[in-house]
Amino acid sequence: MRLGRAMVLMIGWGLAMPAAAEPSADRRIQLREMVAQDCGSCHGMTRKGGLGSPLLPELLSQVSAEGLIETILEGRPGTPMPPWKSMLSRDDAAWIAAYLMGDVK
Amino acid sequence: MMRGLLVAALALLSACVPQLRGTGDLGVVVERADGRVLVVESTNSTALATVSGLGDLSHAALVYSRDARYAFVFGRDGGLTKVDILTGSIAGRVVQSGNSIGGAVSQDGSLVAVANYTPGGIKVFDTATLAPVADIPAIGADGKPSKVIGIADLPGRKFIYTLYDAGEIWIADLTDPAKPAVTKFTGIGKLPYDALITGDGRWYLAGLFGEDGIALLDLWNQDKGVRRILDHYGKGAVALPVFKMPHLRGWAVAGNEVWLPAIGHHQVLVVDKTSWKETARVEVAGQPVFVMARPDGRQIWVNFAVPDYNVIQVIDVPSRRVIKTLEPGKAILHMEFTPRGERVWLSARDSDKVVVYDTETLEQVAELPASKPSGIFFTSRAHKTGL
Repeated sequence: MRLGRAMVLMIGWGLAMPAAAEPSADRRIQLREMVAQDCGSCHGMTRKGGLGSPLLPELLSQVSAEGLIETILEGRPGTPMPPWKSMLSRDDAAWIAAYLMGDVK
Repeated sequence: MMRGLLVAALALLSACVPQLRGTGDLGVVVERADGRVLVVESTNSTALATVSGLGDLSHAALVYSRDARYAFVFGRDGGLTKVDILTGSIAGRVVQSGNSIGGAVSQDGSLVAVANYTPGGIKVFDTATLAPVADIPAIGADGKPSKVIGIADLPGRKFIYTLYDAGEIWIADLTDPAKPAVTKFTGIGKLPYDALITGDGRWYLAGLFGEDGIALLDLWNQDKGVRRILDHYGKGAVALPVFKMPHLRGWAVAGNEVWLPAIGHHQVLVVDKTSWKETARVEVAGQPVFVMARPDGRQIWVNFAVPDYNVIQVIDVPSRRVIKTLEPGKAILHMEFTPRGERVWLSARDSDKVVVYDTETLEQVAELPASKPSGIFFTSRAHKTGL
């Protein structure tokens, strides 16, 4: 399952989304920090959940990578999950989705 | 020789006999990423001790014992840790749930109640021993378990709190801890995200995330039920993304007014505490998170959600104008006034420091190193309802 998702994301970067690219090393440092601190304020720094749902790989594996990316960029209307697209590109969101799944570090 | 011995003896003596001190100028700063807190004093703005081993403090809150010696720290891992701030050590710790959000100490100081997300509900402990006293699940009228937010103490051995998922306000009466009596107010509104009680213990306000407005309960006239104020305050304006949930607590009352963060609008709302009508709104730099009145009620200090969290704005209450925009550091997560308000402490998470400002000159007067600081809590909270 995890391998499958990693493949999907790699294909996403390589084929399905030709413009997609892994964020730079500097950007990845910022994104890790955002996940820990800003996502962490609702989902917990250990991602076990808070006001927001847990973001543990075994739970996230129930949704598609594309679904995760959409949720990060567009938010979930009717819940406190905001759209992050003003601060994150699609490449950023794809990388965060893979990071949450443990497919990239 | 003789003199040397005397100095040595005195040094030995002072090392053995603890120096007596009060706790009135003490406080605790949470170092959120390290499961650690700093014990600080606000007379000379210094750190006195570091206490480790408190678990996951991603969203840590704490309340004080009646004697203002112990801090009860609530962690994201469900840990309840009793910290002795005089000795800088852990006096007791229980992991009481999967995930907690905050708590309150009863008026008589005997009970500490913890509000939990997972599983939702409150658990009540003896403040002296941390022995469990009561466990009250939060199953809403819809039959589902609910996260609990906005807990506060009420006169008597009572706690008031709000069910986030179910949209209900509950009052648990622990006069007889073996048989807690629960009063429920249902249908208060969608997704109440936090709540506050005014310092006199009369008014409980739950802010709604799922709709514009505040649910208000008059605790002196509970038979009148919950009513809605500030209904549709965002009407006609497109709601902006809320990148961090605002916090409410009983610090937002200035004189006869309550100052509240708007949700999805870069505004602070001002409400008259007798008519409960909106009297003004002040445009600010971002989504407000904490809207805190200086203890004398003359100024309101506001911090913001990411990406505007590097600034702080100070509002002059009489003129309702932003009189200063400060940049004290990166990612300002929290503020705390000294007991009488001559200074305010600000935690700058991404600058790894706590910054102290003079509230009259609005100039920085001190700073302390701290690792990813979040909440700052002074012991003056020990003697205030709802804090």
